Amino acid sequence: MTESLKLTVDDQRDGLAVIYTDGYINNQGGEEIAQVAYRLIDGGNKKLLLNLAKTKIVNSIGISILIEIIEKMMDIDGKLAFCSLTPTIEKTFNIMGLAQYAGIYADEESAIEGLQ
Amino acid sequence: MQQITLTLPMIPNMELTASKTAGALGEHIGMSRDKIDEVQMAVVEACINAFEHSDSDDREVQILLQVLGEEKDPQGLEIMIRDHGIGFSPEKVATKKGSASALPQKRGYGLMIIHGLMDEVDIRSDEEGTTVTMKKLR
Repeated sequence: MTESLKLTVDDQRDGLAVIYTDGYINNQGGEEIAQVAYRLIDGGNKKLLLNLAKTKIVNSIGISILIEIIEKMMDIDGKLAFCSLTPTIEKTFNIMGLAQYAGIYADEESAIEGLQ
Repeated sequence: MQQITLTLPMIPNMELTASKTAGALGEHIGMSRDKIDEVQMAVVEACINAFEHSDSDDREVQILLQVLGEEKDPQGLEIMIRDHGIGFSPEKVATKKGSASALPQKRGYGLMIIHGLMDEVDIRSDEEGTTVTMKKLR
């Protein structure tokens, strides 16, 4: 488990960008994701996918920042989805009600198909 | 009974030390990977709640991790997380959510996560601090 979050972006798709996370999503990690997400939104991407395959823990402060990104996407009639979650992170997102507002997919392929 | 005690300073990412210790103990008793992950996430949340909300003077959290049951037949884990802060009313925040049509309220939902991931949760809080005791069966 790494303590600092690493982010990678694939924004080579038309209006859809994928953010890959690697590490712990806490307040600092959440803010880093938000900065990247808002830059992608400002760049014209109305669909965002967060691939959490390499993240094992998301804390509640990190989740609160993800909720802010979801709200931002709702404001612009965009869509945000998550994929490749561990069972525990998926369960936590369901506990928090995030699944009502953002798609949750098993893998990147199905998420991209769902966002189209 | 096997047990570990930790005293952690309230500094960033220290919750991961508690989480890793809980994970090691879960592996030691043969708990499934998914259940270990749930315990680790709940420990992170309990620590963060203490860090963020306790307002304690000593800026420390005491943690007691215990294996439930006999050494040859462990039943699960019990984890107690204690701060010496100002306390709070668990009833007012335990299941904090926004209205049915809105996203859940930001902040303050660590307890909701803990309740959702652990098998038993007990919270005692007064003006001398807060103790969160949680159990996960193997």
